[in-house]
Amino acid sequence: MNLIEVSGARKHFGAVAAVDGADLAVAPGEVVGLLGANGAGKTTLIRLVLGLLRPTGGTIRLFGEPPSRRTRARLGYVPQGLGLYEDLTVAENLAFAAGAFGVQAPERLDDALQAASGTLVASLPLGLRRRLVFAAALAHRPDLLVLDEPTSGVDPLGRARLWETIRGAADTGAGVLVSTHFMSEAEQCDRLVVMANGRVVAAGGMAAIVGDATTVEVQADHWEGAFSALDRAGLPAALVGRRLRVPNTDPRQVAAALDAAGVGAELREVPATFEETFVALSEDGGEPGARRPQPAGVR
Amino acid sequence: MSGYGVRDLRVRYGGRTAVDGVTLDVPAGTIAALVGGDGAGKSSVLRALAGAVAPAGGSVQRPEATVIGYMPAGEAVYRDLTVEENLAFSARAYGVRGAEVARRAGELLERTGLTAARGRLGGQLSGGMRQKLALAMALLHEPELLVLDEPTTGIDPVSRAQLWRLIAGAAAAGAAVVLATSYVDEAERAATVVVLSEGRVLLAGPPEEVMAGTPGAVVDSAARLDPVASWRRGARWRTWSPDGTVPPGAERAEPDLEDSVVVAELALLRHQAEEVAA
Repeated sequence: MNLIEVSGARKHFGAVAAVDGADLAVAPGEVVGLLGANGAGKTTLIRLVLGLLRPTGGTIRLFGEPPSRRTRARLGYVPQGLGLYEDLTVAENLAFAAGAFGVQAPERLDDALQAASGTLVASLPLGLRRRLVFAAALAHRPDLLVLDEPTSGVDPLGRARLWETIRGAADTGAGVLVSTHFMSEAEQCDRLVVMANGRVVAAGGMAAIVGDATTVEVQADHWEGAFSALDRAGLPAALVGRRLRVPNTDPRQVAAALDAAGVGAELREVPATFEETFVALSEDGGEPGARRPQPAGVR
Repeated sequence: MSGYGVRDLRVRYGGRTAVDGVTLDVPAGTIAALVGGDGAGKSSVLRALAGAVAPAGGSVQRPEATVIGYMPAGEAVYRDLTVEENLAFSARAYGVRGAEVARRAGELLERTGLTAARGRLGGQLSGGMRQKLALAMALLHEPELLVLDEPTTGIDPVSRAQLWRLIAGAAAAGAAVVLATSYVDEAERAATVVVLSEGRVLLAGPPEEVMAGTPGAVVDSAARLDPVASWRRGARWRTWSPDGTVPPGAERAEPDLEDSVVVAELALLRHQAEEVAA
């Protein structure tokens, strides 16, 4: 049975459809990444799953039933703002979280947290605060973890360690739903769900979502000239080192724009990155390649 | 001089050392990235470069204040002013006058997708819109040195692509750009990266040189090989092998910048442990 089962969920705020017919499933032991531009409906969908909002239409099932106080007790949540009480100590925050779920506070903490157990959260470094939130969210061994940009502001080793904790929870059977804006977090997930305009526009593994999408890589003697020429032609180029990448565009258009400006450059059509594919999906409102001219008869 | 930067910079706040001997070059027409977690010293380096804090040691090369564009982390936008008023305020502060203000403001509003929001109050914008407005404010006077403190933190990939396009456009026009980020995959796009840890330089150089200079080997495996020197990459594990040997059950992996930074952090921890033991 899926831990989260959302089908055709809709949530309207007045005339605005924040979520407009979204499906989402998270199975035990699975880490699912939820991606989307601001306004795509991610936060609203998470709030529907958490039971903080009631859907306008469609169904939301948590552990096979509608979200309620009972389902809340089987869930661990790490909000982006962390949600700690700054004027309580580490131990008091843990006791408070455990009390809210009706369980015992965790006995074993990692060494750094243990050493800081009597410290007020207000004077705790951010890295430790984040570990404390994880300890609090995991204390009652939840069946489902919901994480909102869990590692923003953490250095790479610290981030890798937090992901060990997240994947460790999945290895023992918990399902994990992670929302993120960063590709290094998306890469840690088993499966990704991409939202745009309140709907799910792509789902699956990273490679499957990218598919055979391509990007035109431009290597010019002077990237500045090439960048300006493409910019004037309305072709958005991304700078990577000294190379330019023009995603989701026909190479002939790129060549024409550079020729017209008299800029000499080498062009290569290379596989698109996940981020490029994601941006194209979001900009096109879910129609990959919408900007790319298609040969006659292909569509 | 064609570029700016800091040499052997030290920054102190009261008794606390925030930056301890950092060197960073920002040549004109390029983008340099400062990488590190919260508290690594990124903001302090940028403040010193922008002239917002006096260094306790070392030297700072920067142009006069009127040609620096500085976007501080967090709240850089006046919440009780409209988008247009924020831009006008920035124009006055940097001495941009007359028709030039309207021309630059119009261009930047269009490029940030904020034209329709020009009459909205700063406090009513989404986080991503505020970041884009803050960048537009720093760019308005076409600065020679652009100093951006975590311009993309908390914003979505579509807005991030727009921001990067503006930043690259400034570099293409000849500005020296330095930006801070806590995300290594983002820093990989810069011409040079400087990775900070506890106020010191952990790694520095063009991304491809930093990756190529990773000591020993990075290996990939299905299971964890070491309690300390292994880290997760999705469902797989990476492990640092300092002497370059490839353990059974593992394969040599091509380290990306993220791996290189993790290895540098592990090497530093190892070094510190050895010093304690000695």
